[in-house]
Amino acid sequence: MARTGVFICHCGTNIGGTVDVSKVLEAAKSMPTVAYVDDNTYSCSEPGQASIHDAIIENRLDRVVIGCCSPRMHENTFRKTVATAGINPYLLEISNIREHCSWVHGDDKEAATDKAIELVRMAVAKVASLEPLFSRQVGLTKRALVIGGGIAGIQAALDIANADYEVVLVEREPSIGGRMAQLDKTFPTLDCSACILAPKMVDVAQHPNITLLTYAEVQDVKGFVGNFEVNILQKARKVDHIKCTGCGTCWQKCLERTPSEFNLEMGKRSAIYIPFPQAVPLKPVIDTEHCAHFKYLEAKEEGRDLPDCNICQQLCPVSAIDYEQEDQIISERFGAIIVATGYQTFDHSVYHEYGSGRYADVITGLHLERLLSASGPTGGEVIRPSDGLLPKTVVFVSCVGSRDEQKGRAYCSKVCCMYMAKQAIMLKEHDPEVQCYIFYIDIRAGGKDFEEFARRAQEEYGTLYLRGRISKIYQEGKKLIVCGEDSLIGRPVEIAADLVVLATGMEPSIGAAELAQRLKISYDTNNFFIEAHPKLRPVETNTDGIFLAGSCIGPRDIPESVAQGGAAAAKVAALFSQDVLTTDPMVATIDPMLCSGCLLCTQVCPFNAIDTQVTRDGRTIALVNETMCKGCGLCVASCRFGAADLRGFTQQQILAQVTSLWR
Amino acid sequence: MAIEYQPKIVGFLCNWCSYAGADVAGTSRICYPPNIRIIRVPCSGRIDPLLVVKSFQQGADGVLIAGCHPGDCHYTEGNYYARRRLALLRPFLEYIGIEKERFRVEWVSASEGKKWAQVVSSFTDELYKLGPREMTLAKGTG
Ligand code: FES
Repeated sequence: MARTGVFICHCGTNIGGTVDVSKVLEAAKSMPTVAYVDDNTYSCSEPGQASIHDAIIENRLDRVVIGCCSPRMHENTFRKTVATAGINPYLLEISNIREHCSWVHGDDKEAATDKAIELVRMAVAKVASLEPLFSRQVGLTKRALVIGGGIAGIQAALDIANADYEVVLVEREPSIGGRMAQLDKTFPTLDCSACILAPKMVDVAQHPNITLLTYAEVQDVKGFVGNFEVNILQKARKVDHIKCTGCGTCWQKCLERTPSEFNLEMGKRSAIYIPFPQAVPLKPVIDTEHCAHFKYLEAKEEGRDLPDCNICQQLCPVSAIDYEQEDQIISERFGAIIVATGYQTFDHSVYHEYGSGRYADVITGLHLERLLSASGPTGGEVIRPSDGLLPKTVVFVSCVGSRDEQKGRAYCSKVCCMYMAKQAIMLKEHDPEVQCYIFYIDIRAGGKDFEEFARRAQEEYGTLYLRGRISKIYQEGKKLIVCGEDSLIGRPVEIAADLVVLATGMEPSIGAAELAQRLKISYDTNNFFIEAHPKLRPVETNTDGIFLAGSCIGPRDIPESVAQGGAAAAKVAALFSQDVLTTDPMVATIDPMLCSGCLLCTQVCPFNAIDTQVTRDGRTIALVNETMCKGCGLCVASCRFGAADLRGFTQQQILAQVTSLWR
Repeated sequence: MAIEYQPKIVGFLCNWCSYAGADVAGTSRICYPPNIRIIRVPCSGRIDPLLVVKSFQQGADGVLIAGCHPGDCHYTEGNYYARRRLALLRPFLEYIGIEKERFRVEWVSASEGKKWAQVVSSFTDELYKLGPREMTLAKGTG
């Protein structure tokens, strides 16, 4: 027979001022299993906890009910208290007689007292059916996976590596660097983007704790915090990166020319290539779609004749070219994963009023970055893509694919206002004769030194800001006619421009949703990943051991991405500082005798925490993975056979509460 | 002498939003009728229809279920399951003679203390109007 102790807290006058505690104690005495009752002025205080501790020992109590504030406040405190007196911490039930009673029924003391008695009775009924629970300990692999080699992923990888844990950094492009590598200068300091990024990229390549897997993608993920099993697809580079020294002979001698993705197709690259001069690793890959050798092989198979080429193979001084190289699957174990897959720019071809991408001289902000960049396709000269002339009148259009619900993009991309100001400044620096116009909706310059910077663009560099949306852009001769309205003076404006720059917004990188599904993390309607809490857990996901950083969560600028990369790394380091992980014992259970093997639970479980097992008599039944289970109880409510149950909230325990009512 | 009718209400509240919302009603000292007895569950998706039926069998005049707003469930999708499951339960309750007004499902977030108090008040009012439930379910059977 259980011996339950009931302790009622006065909480000063918070409870005692409304609820007649002596009446509650009197009533509790006659409740089933109750062997002892007492009250405290403040149960959570040190003397309060000590008196509970002593009462447990003196009266040989084996279960405890505390009538006090919400369990969300002090359940953990009191679990520790009862544990010090030798009771399993899960043989405790809190009766919430403050938030749910005295504080909301201050107007009716009698009713509040009656209700408190009933609430205590429910807790007494539940505590009698509680069972001792024990946390389990599992080991963990102290190696982290970082997905995405942009600035956020680079920062995360470096910080984890510097904390002396191993990191694998996976990037799907042939080089790390991400979007930041494509930028010319950064606002508001006008630092050269590549110059501040390149040293970090080199640090990644040289760090003894970092394994860099470029041209690779995460294929599937299994497991749970501390013990993820990940398959990574290493795409065939057709170049042996162990032998390759990056001398550059191959990509200089390659005869093929194809539009460069890195330069947004505004320049050409060879078929065996590095995406940009500062690439890390500085070792090429062969683009088999455009390589003459692979075109020749394909033609041969189809019975057509094409000239073969293997110049790169012939000229490579270390015989690193390997046309036979195949895709490879790399399987690794990780304790934690950081997702930093970044963004891409919005595709503006859906804007018919801006020419749907028809006009060569209507470009995006990212194109302009490449044109401004000294290592870009024009060597830093800003020219019109159509005829190579120098533009003198440049019009910027803001919020293209941002703050536009009609285009399905309600959010603000946050960086465009600032990069337009920066580009206007840079254009003027390049050519003092240039006049820039910026059509804006609002100037959002909420960052350190941002407002001052945007002002400089206007005051020092003579950029004209016009408030209003653009209704139409069309070509007339060599000019682009930009029609809009200056909504401040309420008059239509028309500008004959040489170049139009669309400030296209940010959207998650292609494949973000699929990756989220593979990782079982949540994403929003725009495919941005969702953090565990937008304010308090901004770099965590709801899946333990998976963290987020950078623009895959939503538009971020560079310092924010760096900060988040560092924050996610700190979370990983904290996780890895433990030698074992303690699991929460309030998880689901499956009774193997009752389980029919319908496995409906495996479908409803949001955490993939239900595996299967084969019984000795050959039945396949469900089995809870206690490390992955989060204790939501979805499986319990969907099990038709009553085989699933949830520790701490079992069917029997909840029913005990129900059936104790209104006695 | 007839005792004055006091509606008896059982509330099943998910821990993460609605239970916390009810806590906020407390911290903000928003008064509401004392008729409800709250049972904490991890998620609205944990609520087995049997628990609802048992509550009525125990003599409840009304059962209130509250969970996170759709899309906000701590376990991402528990409340979607709850919503569908409990929608199916409603006709069954009517079938066994329990008016559909006696069973409510509400979404209350962790910050909506005021909404929680309003929900309880309006539900209690409604149950006053409906009057005591006819004991179609005998206690202790089934
Ligand atoms: S946790 Fe509130 S409904 Fe799932």
